[in-house]
Parts: sequence; C-alpha cells; structure tokens
Amino acid sequence: MTPADTPAPHKPARAGRGRGARWRAVGVQLACLAVTAFMFAPVYLVALAALSTPESLNRFPLSLLPTDVSVETMASFLTMGGVLPAFVNSLIVGVGTLVLSVLIGLPAGYALARYVFAGRDAYQLFMLLTRALPIVVLSVPLAQLFLTTGLYDTTYAVILLHTALALPTTVLITSAVFVGVPRDQEEAAQIFGATPVQAFVRVVLPQALPGIAAAGLFTFVTSWNEVLGAAILTLDRRTLPAQVLSTLGASPLTYRFAGGFALIVPALVFVALMRKYLLSMWGTTLR
Amino acid sequence: MTTATTTTTRRRRPPVPVLLLIPSVVFMTALFLWPLVVGIGQAFLGEDGPTLEFVRRMVDDPHFWPSVGNTLLLLVVLIPLQFAFALAMALLLRAKPRFSQVYFYLWVVPLAVSDLCAGLVWLAVFTDQGYLNSLLDLLGLPTYPWLSFASYPTMFLAVLVAELWRATSLVLVIVVAGMQSIPRDYEEAAEVFGATFWQRLRHVLLPQLRPSLQVALILRTILALQTFAVAQALTGRDFPLLVGETYQWYNLLQNPNVSAVLALVVLALSMGTAVVYLRVLRDRTSTEARP
Repeated sequence: MTPADTPAPHKPARAGRGRGARWRAVGVQLACLAVTAFMFAPVYLVALAALSTPESLNRFPLSLLPTDVSVETMASFLTMGGVLPAFVNSLIVGVGTLVLSVLIGLPAGYALARYVFAGRDAYQLFMLLTRALPIVVLSVPLAQLFLTTGLYDTTYAVILLHTALALPTTVLITSAVFVGVPRDQEEAAQIFGATPVQAFVRVVLPQALPGIAAAGLFTFVTSWNEVLGAAILTLDRRTLPAQVLSTLGASPLTYRFAGGFALIVPALVFVALMRKYLLSMWGTTLR
Repeated sequence: MTTATTTTTRRRRPPVPVLLLIPSVVFMTALFLWPLVVGIGQAFLGEDGPTLEFVRRMVDDPHFWPSVGNTLLLLVVLIPLQFAFALAMALLLRAKPRFSQVYFYLWVVPLAVSDLCAGLVWLAVFTDQGYLNSLLDLLGLPTYPWLSFASYPTMFLAVLVAELWRATSLVLVIVVAGMQSIPRDYEEAAEVFGATFWQRLRHVLLPQLRPSLQVALILRTILALQTFAVAQALTGRDFPLLVGETYQWYNLLQNPNVSAVLALVVLALSMGTAVVYLRVLRDRTSTEARP
C-alpha cells in the first residue's frame, strides 16, 4: 500500500492543512514541554537539595545546578533508626492492601455494574459514606480494637485499615470499568453455552483488565501514601511516611529535604515499573 | 420483543448480586460502621451522659473557623483548576506528540507521591532560603517570604500549587483511561463535517468522558477535603485545614473527643458533596441510558 492508495476524499484535505498541522504539532510540543517543566522541576530540585552537602544548603542563593554533590545528607537520613525497616513495612502493607481490596472489591464492582437490585442505592451510599469518613475518626477506635485483639503495631492492622480506605475506590472504579464493557457480548457468550463465570473470565475480564490495573494501582498508591492512620496504629512497625511525619517536628531543613527525596524515589521507581504495564494496557491511546 | 427483555431481566435473580456484595459489606461494617459508632460516642458522650462540651471546645478554638474557611477555599479553587489542567494534559497526549510516552511517565510520577512528600518537595522551593528565592535573587529580583505567617495569599498559593502538582495525576490517569475507550472515529467524523476543536471537545469528547470525569470528581473532592500533610509540611499550623486540626487535637493536645467532633465535621462536608454528586450523576446517567 502506497500513500497514493489512500481514499481520495482525504488527500486534498490533508495536503491543504499540511502547514497548519506542522504548527499545531510544534504548539503541542511546546505545551507538553511546559507541563513537563512544571511536573518535573520540583522532583529535580528536591533531588538536588537532598544530594547537596549540608553546608551548601546553608548558603544563599542556592545553586540551581549540581555543584556540591554528596550523599552525606541522605546517608545521615537513611542511617537514622527505623528508616529502612519503615520502607520494607510500606512495601508489605501496600501489596497486602492491593490483593485484599481487589479480592473483595471486584465482585462488588461487577454486581453494581450488571445488576439492578433492591438496596443498590443504599449500598452505593454506604460505600460513599465509608469513603468520605475521615481516617482519624476510625483510626482511634480501631487502635483500641487492635490493642485488645493483639493486632496493634502489626502490618496486618495497617493492611486492614488501608483496605477499608481503598475498597470503596476499588468498587467505584471497577464498577465504572464493567459498565464500559458491553453486556451484549457477555450475554452472547452465555447463549452459546458459557457459564456466567466462563463468560466473565473469557469475555469481560480481558476488556476490563486495563481498568482493573488502574484500580490496583490506585489501591497500592493509597496505601503507600497514607500517613495518619499508619502513624496512629503503629509504634515500631511504622510505614515510611508515618516514620518521616513522626520525626518531622523538630528536624532541620536538611532532614526534611532528605525525607522528601527518600519518599519520592520509590514513587519514581514504582511508576517506572508500572509504566510498561500501563502503556501496554493503554497503548491504544499512547502509541 | 418486550417478553424477551423481561425474561432476561428475570433470569438475573437477586441472590447473585447479594452474594457478590456480601464480602465488601461485612468488611466495611467491621472496619467502618463500628468505629464510626464509637467515634460518635467519643464526640458526644461525656463522663456523665450526652454533652456538647467537645463541640463548644472545638468552636471556641481560634484555629477552627480559619480551618473551615481554608478547607473550603482550597476545594473551590483547586478542583476546577485541577480538572482543566488534567483535561488539557490528556488532550495533549491524545494529539499523539513525539515522546508522548516519556511525557506520560513524567506527568504521572506525582501519582505515587504522598501529600506529606509533596509538602516536603515544595518546601525546598518555597522556603525562605529555598530555590524560588534563589532563582529570584540570581535574576536580580527581590526575594519574598512565601510561607510567612504574615503573607496569607502566598501561603495559600504554595499549598494550592503543591496540591495541583501532586493530585492532578490522579485525574489525568482516570481521564486518559476513559479516553482510551472512546473511538477516534467520532472525532474524525465530526472533523470531516467541519466541527472546530472546541465543538469536538464540547459535543463529542466530553459527553463520552462523563463517566470517567464523574468518578474523578467524586474521588478528588472527598480527598481534597482530607488534605492536611501538605499544609503541615509547608506551613506547620499557620495554614490550618480541618483534618490538620483533627490531627493536632488527637496527637499534640491528646484530646480524642474534640478530634472526633472535628472528624465528624469533615465527614458531614464529604457526605454532603458526595450525596449531591451521586444524585446529579444518577439522574443524568439514568436518563441517558434509555434514549
């Protein structure tokens, strides 16, 4: 197939707009670069601050280029008690929350998307109510409950709390995803002899997977980012944000910059890992 | 025709959705409703019966009304800005520029950033001897105490910028995921018939994006009401927000009762907006589902 084979009506239109399209592409590139500058500049700057010597951070004006690169600031932060174990705790809690909330949330999302039943509105309102509940109001009584059941100060306690936080979101997103999958195909599969479960696994799930991946991503991130509840439910088994928050009060600026950088590095890695997965899922738009 | 439809609906027996919902209902009841009941008790039960003492203490606190005002102001300014920004970003990506994958990656990085982290990151920019003032100084411009207690507008601006930076990615991902399911044919058809960019956006793209935008709107509003660590990291208690006050009362003032009342205020605000959204959402989708 050569360009000459393209349908005739398109050709004059494309040729006539050639220059306009090129200017448009330049404009889009410039806009993309401007957005990128805003989104990435803070990441660069906090990295710069965390990787500068403590002395150079006391000077003014600060250098905007890496002139005094040193791991001194970061090393003193990382060797502070509890920082590395807190990182591991954050990972355990995040993965545990993802698995638990998708296991519980997916069926509910599917039910909301596919069935009209008595109590549907009540259920939706219930889920929104739970999502709208500020974490402090449940963290305090939960701390009490966990103390009596021996779950206090464990990663399980935080996983349960974070799943409770993330579950309504998981249900909302998965139900929106399933609404987007045409019901006709599922019904067709059942007419041709598939059981409801087979129809779901073979027909619905493949189409819903990108959205489910997005739901899982949000779940992990919700857990990873949650500060307050984790700080209340644990003493020694702190997640990383809780650890940083609890030691923030009297800490110098250099410690705070190092903390910010330490929190953002896993975020960069995490999105980089997820990127390939997400792009293969969302490739239709971005390729 | 009508009999065929009724038989298919009748085949969906109620027990199936109930079975699917049971795990989540049990889980949420154990971890939400029970603590909520205890929390209400903490808020309104004193040592000798029902009391409004904790409500009074909350309202008498000089930080209370500013924190209500700040929370609502942040919400009202942030959400529209955020959606406009996310939509613009998604449209840029949909225009398929070169390096769009790199851009997408860089733009969704804040997705995995906690609000505490965002506060610390922007602290490096806005603090007195930070990078913004360094840049101004290098350019020969006067520096400014952006996070000073005396300069409310710039404190608000700093919190706003940090939140815009951090939380827009969430909206972006939802919008991009929604756009993926919209075939380009519609837009191309509209273009062939001479629709301008704005007409295509208004009448072709946005109506199809509505479900995604609704999900994003509910999520973001409720999350925005719970913002606190950004302001905490940037300004301490100089820019009080409702959840930040809850944290102050619980952690520093060791008063779970007043903190429970404050939490209920946030809960009331969240529920109010959620119910409004849900009503608007349901009405529109139900009228559109049956053309």
